[in-house]
Amino acid sequence: MVDFAITFALTVMVLLMVLNLGGLLLWVERKGSAVLQDRIGANRAAIFGRLPFNLGIVNTLIADPIKLFTKENFVPHGADKLLHTLAPIIALVPVLMTFIVIPFGDVLIIGERVIPLQAADLNVGLLYILAMVSLGVYGVVLGGWASNNRWALLGGIRGSAQMISYEIPMGLSLVAVVMTFGSLNLQEIARAQGQLIGGWIPAWGILYQPVAFLIFMAAGIAESKRVPFDLPEAESELISGYFTEYSGAKQATFMLVDFIEVIIVAGLVTTLFFGGWQVPFLLRDGFHFPWGTVIPLPSLVVALLQVGAFTLKVLFFCWLQIMIRWTLPRFRYDQLMNLGWKGLIPLSLANVMLTALLLLLF
Amino acid sequence: MEQYVPVLIALILGGLIATAMVFASAILGPQKHAPVKEEPFECGNPPSGSAWGRFSVKFYLAAILFIIFDIEVVFLYPWAVVFRQLGLFGFIEMLVFVLILAVGLVYIIKKGALEPA
Repeated sequence: MVDFAITFALTVMVLLMVLNLGGLLLWVERKGSAVLQDRIGANRAAIFGRLPFNLGIVNTLIADPIKLFTKENFVPHGADKLLHTLAPIIALVPVLMTFIVIPFGDVLIIGERVIPLQAADLNVGLLYILAMVSLGVYGVVLGGWASNNRWALLGGIRGSAQMISYEIPMGLSLVAVVMTFGSLNLQEIARAQGQLIGGWIPAWGILYQPVAFLIFMAAGIAESKRVPFDLPEAESELISGYFTEYSGAKQATFMLVDFIEVIIVAGLVTTLFFGGWQVPFLLRDGFHFPWGTVIPLPSLVVALLQVGAFTLKVLFFCWLQIMIRWTLPRFRYDQLMNLGWKGLIPLSLANVMLTALLLLLF
Repeated sequence: MEQYVPVLIALILGGLIATAMVFASAILGPQKHAPVKEEPFECGNPPSGSAWGRFSVKFYLAAILFIIFDIEVVFLYPWAVVFRQLGLFGFIEMLVFVLILAVGLVYIIKKGALEPA
């Protein structure tokens, strides 16, 4: 019973963290774009007209959601009402379910009880993530189809073609990572990155698989349909793509899905290539520096340091994706398909075979 | 099966959250019907017929090719996990498999299957 309570609490915590971070990223995106474009950005709504000055956080965390949730729930004439309502739900559920297998810390030891800092410790964690990520295509294509709108349909078709095309390089780049660590379990992959190369350098995945990291980052941004791969939405061509005919809370759901996908890509990049929750030289009982200094720490402090390191890394990669989104222009559709099929797929296949060769030789 | 309990919890909670979000504006928002407002948006023009017409077969082709290559990726995963035990035998086996698929990839690119419709 206690075990179930802990599992339940961990799952709820992960879900709430992801949802809230998704809302916070909307603020980061609005303010970040303003910083990049030398504007002030959202600064109107404030509590009593003063607080918190003009950071705009009240706008995006309170005013925007209230506005979105009190707008009319609009269904266009002739649309498929059932699918139109189901599409945002189908889009949101898999992305919410994805994050539970990503470990955000090692273990927390309280008395006799060892609590893993991960909601679901699946031994096929990586396959589970790929399965959930590929379910995301249904929300896009159903939303585009059900709207009875040409632009929405075009956005949905583009979205499905793009997402399935980039799933292949994404999966292939992860194959090379799996070969390096010999496991599909994300917690085991994160633990393996705690070793030291030559006693000094943390053995993070990026040192073994730099090419896989670049392929995964590109494919991940394409999977989350963000600039430079935002053809399904392409506001200058398709109005708003597959969610043209959505309003109010349903549109907010699609926006939230976008931001949660950003968090998922950031979390996966962190876990697979940047050591996950690993702090360099921090073991379960404290710091063990290579020059011999040992600083013993209680389990709670170690767990807090690990969760803090994981959060910082994830936030950094979320920020990186938002900077990429406001720096690069959009691809053309044929450029997108060429990059995927003629660039990333052969490159990732070559990377897999090269990894195999190097593993055989060394 | 015990390790899949959190997945079930996340499925139920995620479903509840998503349903609550989608129906929030149906409860909180106003409902005013007007014939012109409910037309599908086509840049201000009256919509010319249903949107559910025919579209290019090239999109189906991308999906068919996806299935071939995604199954290839599925074959690669178990091989990748046990690669260290398989050694040279596993490497040569998979090299032949990947080369055959690479020939297929070159063929579909040369055939122009991925050119825009």
